[in-house]
Amino acid sequence: MMKIKEIESQIVEEFDNFDDWMDKYTYLIEMGKSLPLIENEFKIDNNLISGCQSKVWLHASYENGKVIFTADSDAIITKGIINLLIRIFSNQAPDDIINADLNFISEIGLQEHLSPTRSNGLLSMIKQMKLYALVFKTKMQNQ
Amino acid sequence: MNFDVNKIRKDFPILSQKIYGNPLVYLDNAASTQKPAIVIDTISKYYSGQNSNVHRGVHYLSMMATEAFENARKNIADFINAENSNELIFTSGTTESINLVAHSFGRKFISEGDNIIISTMEHHSNIVPWQILCEEKNAKLSVIPINEEGEIDFEAFGKRLNEKTGLVAITHVSNALGTVNPIKKIIDLAHSFDVPVLIDGAQGISHFKVDVSELDCDFYCFSAHKMFGPMGIGALYGKEKYLEKMLPYKAGGEMIEKVTFEKTTFNKLPFKFEAGTPNVAGVLGFNAAINYLKELSIEKTSAYESELFKYATIALQEIEGLRIIGTAKEKISIISFLIGDIHPFDAGTIIDKTGIAVRTGHHCAEPLMDRFQIPGTIRASFVFYNTKEEVDSLVKSIIMVKNMFE
Ligand SMILES: Cc1ncc(COP(=O)(O)O)c(C=O)c1O
Repeated sequence: MMKIKEIESQIVEEFDNFDDWMDKYTYLIEMGKSLPLIENEFKIDNNLISGCQSKVWLHASYENGKVIFTADSDAIITKGIINLLIRIFSNQAPDDIINADLNFISEIGLQEHLSPTRSNGLLSMIKQMKLYALVFKTKMQNQ
Repeated sequence: MNFDVNKIRKDFPILSQKIYGNPLVYLDNAASTQKPAIVIDTISKYYSGQNSNVHRGVHYLSMMATEAFENARKNIADFINAENSNELIFTSGTTESINLVAHSFGRKFISEGDNIIISTMEHHSNIVPWQILCEEKNAKLSVIPINEEGEIDFEAFGKRLNEKTGLVAITHVSNALGTVNPIKKIIDLAHSFDVPVLIDGAQGISHFKVDVSELDCDFYCFSAHKMFGPMGIGALYGKEKYLEKMLPYKAGGEMIEKVTFEKTTFNKLPFKFEAGTPNVAGVLGFNAAINYLKELSIEKTSAYESELFKYATIALQEIEGLRIIGTAKEKISIISFLIGDIHPFDAGTIIDKTGIAVRTGHHCAEPLMDRFQIPGTIRASFVFYNTKEEVDSLVKSIIMVKNMFE
């Protein structure tokens, strides 16, 4: 399994191919369309992330020391962004997720989505994913 | 037509900038309008040459500031044709104006078992204060339904009115649909039951002449920042007969009796409702915006805006798959729409990249979005400094969105 940093560089490289915002967003839209779907049973209000203008459902499970994320959204660009996050965070150890600094976001020019007022809630997604990792870690330690 | 939009655009310094390399197309006027240089200069001049607290000092600057402040009140009261400038209370904006009435009028005049009538198309700021009041008083919030076009059901309104109705609070123009409500008819009918009416004028007053005496409304609430003035300042017009009986809202009744030597000041209208140092620079900037509007002549700006609005409506309607939400017969300045199945957030993100400012989301009117069973809309809102070329840019941008998502 690739490390978080390695996946980040891979994504940065992919985005390096694009000269303008149009190509970049077209790519995000593609990624949105190819997001592996979340199981319907997890697409429930309880799994909704608040603070997003579009709806985002996020589900996490824990298998063999790794956190597995699945997600969905009703907006495609948001889905594209979650797809990136899932590529990076899913199948990683809780500690690696908690400590990731995610520099790739500004490197690929999506930092505008990081502002706390931004209604797509990229920040809320990251927070929620890290929170899940923390929960799994704590559970493990208490076992 | 004697209306030179290119000349007028030069009055607004912000409009000449580029966003992501494209000329800014500002179509989020319903959220906040831009400010002409005269407003910006007035504020700057105040702080560089006049700044001083009002109503308190005997020294020169304070007296000058007080005079300018009170002259502004007269001028703004005159702009809406209030009978007396005592009836014009400065607030931080529409939201505070409505909250002031909900607190002060509500405490005094609403009792258990009463009902307060609002409509389905209200902004959250004309819903939540009444909800809280109703909960406190054990009163009932009664909501006028609207039809598919986004017009209130006037008959249903009539049926809701009764001797237990304490107040009707309704918007002049819907910020999410652009519907112009028949407020004169609403006021007249409510008054025939002796029920006072509050008008949320946030979206109305910048687009057409508002005459509170002719309307005979009991309260009219508005924000300066939506009518070319600064943020953080607005007004509540209220009839003296109600304001006199209402209790102060910021200080609280008990406080006033304790602070005896200030009692006279607080007891008189309009100061009773203006506890604390007011936003003097804001009031002067507000006044400059009103003078600017007067100079342009609201008849002329209205006429220009309605022509632009017609042009925009037709241009957008011609886009295949575009659906306009809110098609009332009486409608101005605001076009809410959806493009096929594309999520408003997706569309908004791309439109933004083309240098066009539109708003996406529920526009602080969630119950209204629920009524249409949509997650939100994309909203373009126009004022007199917008142009047909800008409408054309929007159309191009929407077509780009379609190509990217479909
Ligand atoms: C119809 C309506 N009412 C009230 C408000 C609240 O105005 P403010 O935020 O200036 O207090 C708005 C602003 O969006 C509005 O459009």
